[in-house]
Formats: sequence, C-alpha cells, structure tokens
Amino acid sequence: MAVPIRVEHLNAAFGPFQALHDVTLTLPARQVTAIIGPSGCGKSTFVRCINRMHEETPGGRVWGQIYLGDEPVYGPDVDPVVIRRRVGMVFQRPTPFPTMSILENVVAGYTLLPGRPRDLESLAERSLRQAGLWDEVKDRLRDSPLNLSGGQQQRLCIARALAVEPEVILLDEPCSSLDPISTAKVEETIMELAQRYTVVLVTHNIQQATRVSQHTAFFLLGRLIEFGPTEQLFTNPANEQTEAYITGRFG
Amino acid sequence: MNQPLHHPTRVVNRGDRLFRGILRLFGLVVLAIALLILVELWEVARPSVERFGLRFLIETQWDPVREQFGALPFVYGTLVSSLIAILLAVPLGLGVAFFLSEMAPRWLREPVSFLVELLAAIPSVVYGLWGLFVLVPIIRSLELAILRTGLSRVPLFSGAPYGIGMLSAGVVLAIMIVPTVAAVSREVFRAVPDSQREAALALGATRWEAMKVVFDYGRPGIVGAVVLAWGRALGETMAVNMVIGNQPIISASLFSPAHTMASVIASEFNEAVEPMHVAALAEIGLALLGLTLLLSALARLLVLRVERRSRGRQAAQGVTSP
Ligand SMILES: Nc1ncnc2c1ncn2[C@@H]1O[C@H](COP(=O)(O)OP(=O)(O)OP(=O)(O)O)[C@@H](O)[C@H]1O
Ligand SMILES: [Mg+2]
Repeated sequence: MAVPIRVEHLNAAFGPFQALHDVTLTLPARQVTAIIGPSGCGKSTFVRCINRMHEETPGGRVWGQIYLGDEPVYGPDVDPVVIRRRVGMVFQRPTPFPTMSILENVVAGYTLLPGRPRDLESLAERSLRQAGLWDEVKDRLRDSPLNLSGGQQQRLCIARALAVEPEVILLDEPCSSLDPISTAKVEETIMELAQRYTVVLVTHNIQQATRVSQHTAFFLLGRLIEFGPTEQLFTNPANEQTEAYITGRFG
Repeated sequence: MNQPLHHPTRVVNRGDRLFRGILRLFGLVVLAIALLILVELWEVARPSVERFGLRFLIETQWDPVREQFGALPFVYGTLVSSLIAILLAVPLGLGVAFFLSEMAPRWLREPVSFLVELLAAIPSVVYGLWGLFVLVPIIRSLELAILRTGLSRVPLFSGAPYGIGMLSAGVVLAIMIVPTVAAVSREVFRAVPDSQREAALALGATRWEAMKVVFDYGRPGIVGAVVLAWGRALGETMAVNMVIGNQPIISASLFSPAHTMASVIASEFNEAVEPMHVAALAEIGLALLGLTLLLSALARLLVLRVERRSRGRQAAQGVTSP
C-alpha cells in the first residue's frame, strides 16, 4: 500500500562531484509531488536515489537515509532489488523492450524474474487499464510495442511499472518527448495513479506541475530550495530564487 | 525532427568527380577479382563437374589413383568439425563478451578486450603446432580414459585413441574462433542502450535477469557473430590440417581421423598431377565457396530482418502524434 517517502539528509555524488546536498523532505502518500528546477539541478539524481538506481551509475555514491513508511531504503541488509520492486520508475524516453510483444512488456516484471503468477493476462489487463492504455491496445496485445506512438509507449512503460504492484511510482520527465495530446493522456493517468500510489513527478513544465501535483519541491544546484503545497509555492513562494524560477527569470 | 530532406546538389566540382571515378574503379576491381576467381575455379573444375555431376557431393570414395572422387567425407568433416567448434566456442565467447561488457571492472575491460583481439591475430600454423603438441596428447589421454570406462561402446566415442582426429580439430577451431565470437558480441552488448538495462533493473531485475533483456535486444547481432565465426571455421585450413589426421573417413566417432574440404585441397594440390585430380580438388574449392556464400546469404537475410524491424522502431519514435 502507498507509503510516504521520508528523505533525511540525503547526499549523492558522481565520483568527486556532489550532485545532491543534504536534502530533507517528506513526500506524502497518495499524492503527486512535483520536482522542479533548472536543468542539471539534480532532479533525476534525487528520484534515482529513491529506488536505488543512482548506485548503478559508475561512480554513483549516496549517503543519508530514505524511509519508505518506516523501512529504510539504505542499509547493509537492504536488498536494492526489493526496493526497486516497491518503487516503480518510468524514464524520460519510453523504454519498451523491443523484442517482446505489448503483452509481454506489461508482464516483463514477472517473466524476467523466477516464480511467476499464473494469470498474466488478467494482470496485464488490469495494469493497462490503470495506465489508461487498455482500450487502445486491447486488440493488438501480441503486436510489437514499437508500432505504438510515443505516448502510448510511455503509458505502456507506466503499465509495466504498475504490474509489479509497487507502492511508489517515480516519473522522470515522462512527457518530455511527447506531443500535447499524448501528454494530456499521460497526465490524466498520473492523476489517477495518485489515488493508490505515492507519485513523484519530475517535470520541466511548470503548468504540468500545477495541473497534476499537490506538493512541489524546487531544487537548485543540488539543494532543496523550497518545498510546499503546489498552489502556495507557485502563487506565493517563500524564497526569492523560487520566485525567480517560476516567473521565468532564469533556468 | 522535421528538417527538410537534404537533396545532394549535383556534383560540379572536378576534384569531386575525379574522386568519385577513382572510388568507382576500386569498387569494380573488387568485383572483378571476385568474378575472376569464380571463373578460374570453374574452368579448372569443369572436367570434374562434367564427369561426376552432383554425384560428386554424395560419393564417399576418394581414391585419386583409381580416379574415384567423392567429396562427401570432406563435406562431412568440414561441417562436423565446424559444428563442434561452434558448439564449444559460442558459449565461451558469449561468456567472455558478457563479462567484458557487463561485469568486469572498468580498468580490466580494455586490456582484456585487447588480449582477446590479439588471440585472433595469432597465425593459424601456430594454433596448429600448439594443437599438435599440447592439445592432441590431452585428447589422447581423454580417449584412453573413456576407453577404460567402457563408454567406447557408444559410437560417438568408439575407435582407437589416436588423439589426432575430429575432436582435436573441433577444439582447435573452437579456440581459434572464440575471439571472433567474443569481440563481435561484445560490440553487440555494448550497442544495447543503457536505458534497456536500467528499465529492467528498475523493474526489480537482478543484473543477471537484466542480462536477458540485453541478450534479447542483441540477439540478431549475436546470430551475426555466430555466423561470422562459423564462416571462419569452415575455411580454416592449416591448423585443422595439422590435427585432424587427414583421412577421408565418415565415422560417427568423435575420435576418428577425418578430413575437411579446405584441408584436402591444401594437402593434395601440390602432388596432384592427373588433370582429373586437380579438377576434383577445384570442385571441392567451388563447393566450399558455395557453402560460405550460402552462410553469408543466411547472415544477410537475418540482418535484413533486423533492419526492417528497427525501421519500424524509428517510425514509431518519429511519429508521436496519434
Ligand atoms: N553520469 C554522471 N556523471 C557525472 N556527473 C553527472 C552524471 N549524471 C549527471 N551528472 C551531474 O549531476 C548533476 C545533476 O544531474 P541530474 O541528471 O540529476 O540533473 P537534472 O535536474 O535531472 O537535469 P535535467 O533537467 O537536465 O534532466 C548535473 O550537474 C550533472 O552534470
Ligand atoms: Mg533529469
């Protein structure tokens, strides 16, 4: 079930370069939290720390702590694989597995791993419905995912992440390669997801943040500058750097 | 993404025209050489082709003195020895490639890759010598051991323990083509986008499980690597010649001496005086060429299929509006 994400004094580095400095905040459950900030401020690094993907980057190091509910994400006896099952992720560019069919893509989280549940088809249907893609693909589940549009591919990736029943969904600029119509559909999907999952959405699009998120965190140069309810952050920011960013004076 | 297509403007520049001319010439020369080889080979082989026809490839007797020329033992030897080589080299080569691209620490990758490529540069006579002095004795003691266990009743392991024979040839060939398999499939693995690995890891796959995705993605390329290596094994001459025993025997036993197409040409061409003998050897050469071409065609076909699929992929990424 959805849990809040408690981030405490999180730091992350690529080799000698420190990309995140002492980030502390709590991302509430069953809400969308938007992460905004200029390019290179550490948004991707931040979300990749939550599902322990940062350490897969060469030179990637993390210190500080994150809790999913009460359970630590980092620790000597925490298996990153288990964390990644609990925290699903969708990347900037759609990443369907090209050799698998649409159906196989959705259930890839099971077929790649040993011990699969029996009813993969109904599982796939449920995930595709949640991702808002079912009606568009139900007649061509055996097709290649490469014949889908970019937006459909992205929702397929969302469905694939949902199929393993995570508690948290991380979306790193999921709409940046999509046209406005596909973007609208993905946004709709994201808002639906917030009813059941803790959703973290990285976006460059301030309108998108205001449309879909309840909370927003503003990052700058690897530091958390401001965090609060989206409406408040955008109408009445406490920090002048936040204000400068959202009014488009830099970034 | 919506850039207008660039139409190449007509070449007016003289230097350009000259350059084009030269390049075209080079291309034609290559083509001409290939054709010449084929024509020459055909001319020499003609008496044999005319006399034996297709029977040449299914006859099993090879006796130059009595002018009996059946090439099946050589075809058989070439196919079986190269198959043994492929069976041994592919898992090993893939393992090496996988290690180099996915697991080895960064500092180890380049030196080891370099060493692997160096293996491919060792002259084949040297492999042959090594095979003769190191491998053959090992195989012989293996055969002796098998003989003692009574497993020799199985046809696959029957016969006298010479050491020299089909198995030794297969193993030497395997060692020779491991670098090809490894180097090509390492490139294939490296060409798999990181986003694919990350997508698998983010689903909770272990590294090993993520490898399935990498493998699937690169499968066509890996098939290419195998075909390439197989082609090499088919045509390899010197090393095989030194360890296979050079006898035109078709035997189910891995330990039996045998012969291959390439190897029989190398060992008999010098002594062949009868025109029909020369023609028969040339026809074996033609058949070997045909076999290699067949394999290349197969490879091209596979590559084409992959390209068609990746074109579909590009189309899907280019058109984002529904
Ligand atoms: N693999 C890497 N090696 C070294 N430095 C990196 C690496 N990836 C990112 N960085 C650096 O870390 C910092 C944060 O990068 P990150 O990708 O988190 O930014 P971002 O906010 O997601 O940017 P964008 O909006 O462009 O996606 C940047 O300064 C970047 O240059
Ligand atoms: Mg980013």
